[in-house]
Amino acid sequence: MGTYLRPKSLDDALEALRASPWVILAGGTDFYPARVGRALDEDVLDITAVDGLRGIDDAGDHWRIGALTTWTDLLEAPLPASFDGLKRAAREVGGVQIQNAGTLAGNLCNASPAADGVPPLMALDASVELASADGRRVVPVDRFVTGNRQTQRGPNEVVTAIRVPKRPDATVSTFLKLGSRTYLVISIVMVAITLEPADGTVGRIGISVGACSPVAQRLTRLENDLTGAPLDNDLIGRVKADHIDAVLAPIDDIRGSGAYRQEAALVLVRRALSEVAALAGGSA
Amino acid sequence: MNVTVQPLELRVNGKAVTVHAGPATRLADVLRGELGLTGTKIGCDAGDCGACTVLVDGRQQCACLMPVGQAAGRAITTVEALAAEDGTLSALQDAFLRHGAAQCGICTPGMLMAARDLLDRDAGPDEAQVLDALGGVLCRCTGYRKIVEAVLDVAGTAPALARIANGRAVGARLARTDGVAKVDGTEAFGADAAPPDALTLRVVRSPHARACFSLGDFGPIEARYPGLAAILTWRDVPGSNAYGIYPVGKDQPVLAMDRVRYRGEAVVALVGDAQTVGSIADDMLPIDWFPEEPVTGMAAAAREGAPQVLDDKPGNILTQGFVKKGDIEAGFAEAAFVAEGSWTTRFVEHAYIEPEAGWARRVGDRLEIGVSTQTPYMDRDEVAHVMGLDKEQVRIMPTACGGGFGGKLDMSVQPLLAVAAWKLGVPVRYVYTRPESMAASTKRHPAEMTAKAGCSADGRLTAFQFHGDFDTGAYASWGPTVADRVPVHATGPFHVPNVLNTSRALHTNAPPSGAFRGFGVPQAAIAHEALYDDLAEQCGIDPLEFRLINALRAGQPTATGQVLEASAGLAACLEALKPRWQALRAEAEAFNSLANGPFRRGVGVGCMWYGCGNTSMSNPSTMRIGVDRAGRLTLYNGAVDMGQGPNTIMVQIAADALGVPAEGFRVIMGDTDLTPDAGKSSASRQTFVSGKAVQLAGEDLRGQILRRANVGPDAVIAFGDGVVRLTDGGSEHILDLRDLDPDDRGNVLSGEGTFDPPTAPLDENGQGIPYATYGFAAQIAAVSVDTELGVVKATRIVAAHDVGKAVNPTLVEGQIHGGIAQGLGLALMEEYVPGRTENLHDYLIPTFGDIPPIETIIVEDAEPLGPYGAKGIGEPALIPTAPAIFGAIRHATGVVMRDAPAIPSRVRAALRAAGWGG
Repeated sequence: MGTYLRPKSLDDALEALRASPWVILAGGTDFYPARVGRALDEDVLDITAVDGLRGIDDAGDHWRIGALTTWTDLLEAPLPASFDGLKRAAREVGGVQIQNAGTLAGNLCNASPAADGVPPLMALDASVELASADGRRVVPVDRFVTGNRQTQRGPNEVVTAIRVPKRPDATVSTFLKLGSRTYLVISIVMVAITLEPADGTVGRIGISVGACSPVAQRLTRLENDLTGAPLDNDLIGRVKADHIDAVLAPIDDIRGSGAYRQEAALVLVRRALSEVAALAGGSA
Repeated sequence: MNVTVQPLELRVNGKAVTVHAGPATRLADVLRGELGLTGTKIGCDAGDCGACTVLVDGRQQCACLMPVGQAAGRAITTVEALAAEDGTLSALQDAFLRHGAAQCGICTPGMLMAARDLLDRDAGPDEAQVLDALGGVLCRCTGYRKIVEAVLDVAGTAPALARIANGRAVGARLARTDGVAKVDGTEAFGADAAPPDALTLRVVRSPHARACFSLGDFGPIEARYPGLAAILTWRDVPGSNAYGIYPVGKDQPVLAMDRVRYRGEAVVALVGDAQTVGSIADDMLPIDWFPEEPVTGMAAAAREGAPQVLDDKPGNILTQGFVKKGDIEAGFAEAAFVAEGSWTTRFVEHAYIEPEAGWARRVGDRLEIGVSTQTPYMDRDEVAHVMGLDKEQVRIMPTACGGGFGGKLDMSVQPLLAVAAWKLGVPVRYVYTRPESMAASTKRHPAEMTAKAGCSADGRLTAFQFHGDFDTGAYASWGPTVADRVPVHATGPFHVPNVLNTSRALHTNAPPSGAFRGFGVPQAAIAHEALYDDLAEQCGIDPLEFRLINALRAGQPTATGQVLEASAGLAACLEALKPRWQALRAEAEAFNSLANGPFRRGVGVGCMWYGCGNTSMSNPSTMRIGVDRAGRLTLYNGAVDMGQGPNTIMVQIAADALGVPAEGFRVIMGDTDLTPDAGKSSASRQTFVSGKAVQLAGEDLRGQILRRANVGPDAVIAFGDGVVRLTDGGSEHILDLRDLDPDDRGNVLSGEGTFDPPTAPLDENGQGIPYATYGFAAQIAAVSVDTELGVVKATRIVAAHDVGKAVNPTLVEGQIHGGIAQGLGLALMEEYVPGRTENLHDYLIPTFGDIPPIETIIVEDAEPLGPYGAKGIGEPALIPTAPAIFGAIRHATGVVMRDAPAIPSRVRAALRAAGWGG
């Protein structure tokens, strides 16, 4: 058995990380599953007792989601409609047992290609706040996650919060997940969209697709092509297969072929767009 | 370890406790180990199954995912806290009992805790809330619906049936006799019952599907780890290092000698304290591997010049099956319509929520083994065989079995525990991890089937031809049973004059395929039902009517020439379904006629028959009922209850046969020193075979009592206070039990009954009487198909089953629901890939949200040989579901699924090929 440290202050946690590498543990929902049937012999830094890391705060121009905020905390927080997509993702993370323990920040740090939290946070232009004994920095989510199980977090850093920029009140969002069963399912494809309507047209829009690439991807060309388009019946017709295929080259695996994922991603992007357009008061 | 572990203060079930485990230890391990609260179950250690759900500050969490260090200072609530101090069950627990919401009971504590969390927040939840709140707990037995009913009815007042009038137990919805222990956390499963001083055994398994290996010097590792009691290899197996189900199939080593044939095969066993054996990683052992190209899939196995998996199986053929009746060519020549096709199914994993587990200890020159098993007597004989002991030197004491479904008919932990405990002379325990369970245990056989059927212009079947290849994996296991059963059943439950059915079981370097609810018949049913849908369409006859025209009826010969004299209830099942069929088909067609979106609805029907008991082999059961001097009744029930209910229905049958109330019985289950051999809990045989044996035992005991008291056959008897009171007409008689001499079980009277269902061997054409009776059923499935994504969602199942007589309708419904859930999994999501899906998040079984409302219709076409007319239901429940779902997909879209499971990408590919968009 390794050392287990559960500091009460962030400074103590950062001090420990400065001295030596630790496995950082919060909700445990990824830590333990990766260690089934083997000894727990690593040095573990349990950050769940660190003061001030849990909860969602209004920080002026953005919302600050503390690193220990669980999926259930998010679901129970009164937040604007721009968070509805993220909340839908929260309901799809494991069962309620997992939602009660697992954290949004942990979901980012685990960096699974099928992480439910990544597409909605990307579509919200969220960023990640990191701290080390040497200082703090903020990295956009789409740059923070760099590959399958890889992130920008350095060995002496800890994620302290996720920052979500505030949006106009009219902003709407959604999240769609495709899997082979109802609960407890790993995505075949997922799509998140955040839409700011602008006078009956698409204003700012964020569209991201998960489980179709090592890291979820924003569909920036599609976003550009849709910006300014009227929220009408022709909207979803503007989404072409090439918008997906040019960005994503999903692999074949037990959950579905790459070709199927591409096709399904197109269907889900259109359906999600139709949903947010309807939420925004358009007719699509 | 570089820190001293500080004691932690926890608050568990309202009491302050101090624990000494390391703070990173899983809370589940601390609750179960240090605190002895074994009501919290471990099914996966990965948050996938929810069996370990406890409340932390009132909210449900997986105890396997929480370091005990985080639990300090928080309120932990486990299942043990649900009942009152005096044992009175809470309303929630009582609702679970009333509704039959617990079958094997292994998921029940997790279900109860998740429900407690919900109900504490909202006393009157709706169904959607129940599904969401409990959706993180997996159940493999119940099909979830009765759990939903129980939570919604927590405030209900319908009493649990514990008391039944004399002679009225058979047919009553008696609560499970073992139910209280399943809802209060006291039931002891394989991992719960080991002696406290037991050492831990861990097995190093092959990472390769096919390889040679050599073992190096274990001296250095033994020297480095003083906590290691032994490293066991094949050299330590004292008897035969080869076991297997059939006398000719003893081909599987306890520990491999120098060659492995599948990934997950046992190579070396480590025995010592838990910490030590857990900290020795596989790659720390001196094993030199020489991997070879494995034989993967049946095409590779059957290829000319393919490497042999087993030296004595040329062509990789384990066995072949054959049934021939009439003149197949003439049958097709007279057919007005012919349909044919090919179908494929994949490996399916049993995924019982309780991984294999048990313990063993040496007692003098005997071995005692406590184990989760479906077949104590076969285990006894097999352990004796590998140990070189006499059978009488081995005692198997089955623990509660947390789900079996055929997977616990093969040995798992038993021989390894026996070798270790015998050699070391100390108790040893062994619990599979979830990945180990999935890699090492048997699977449902993948099938590659081609079939052809013909009928006359008016829809009467004239000919049926079938060939199925079945991937039986690396060792024989139950492969011969599958190869034998399939040709007998492959026509489905229909009258066909001309039949030619063949099968082969082929060896590959995959996990052994063994017994799994239906022994190949569920796979074959997918083929025959698809052909009958084809023929019905060609004839222009409604699919259900087509089946009614051809339904096998009493007086007609089967494919093996057996004429069923009674209890052939398929036609009655179809007639019972007809109103729902017509209504649901019309609803679906009305929806589709207006549909302009991607969704289409469909309704299909699947039929099945299933022979109860072993195929053309003797499979007797003996049951015993004893009365002690105090007048207490004990049922010696050798029929292991893995959740399906023998502990309850055997009591019901015994009570009626003896003429006493059902609540008076103590039940001893399956202990090979105490109970007679009732055979294995498989082949849907226990209700029929052991049920008859217990009826005979009850009648025997009653007869003895009536004779001793010299009273007439209608006398009413009552036990108590050392006497039997008999009332015969107006006269009272007393039989004083205290005057009688007890036997070595302490009984002064005992009744015994034996039943062996009459069968006859199959001749060279497969003609004969393979089974004494058959279960029949038909199910309707309604589905919604998302034609753009290929997602199929079942929306309703209506199931009609001829069970002869429902001894306990609640338990029969429970079997039907659970079978449907497994059939739905086979149809839509379950696919085991060795090395890739060895956990419960990559291997998908149905969850709460996947099982639609189920309507059950029980048809009772009495079987004259069965107890009070009863026959089996365990396997019949599963078989029709996948064909019904595939028929529904066809009705919705016109597409025939030929490759199971119908996961979204396969459905979408089939839709695309049929011209559906894209």
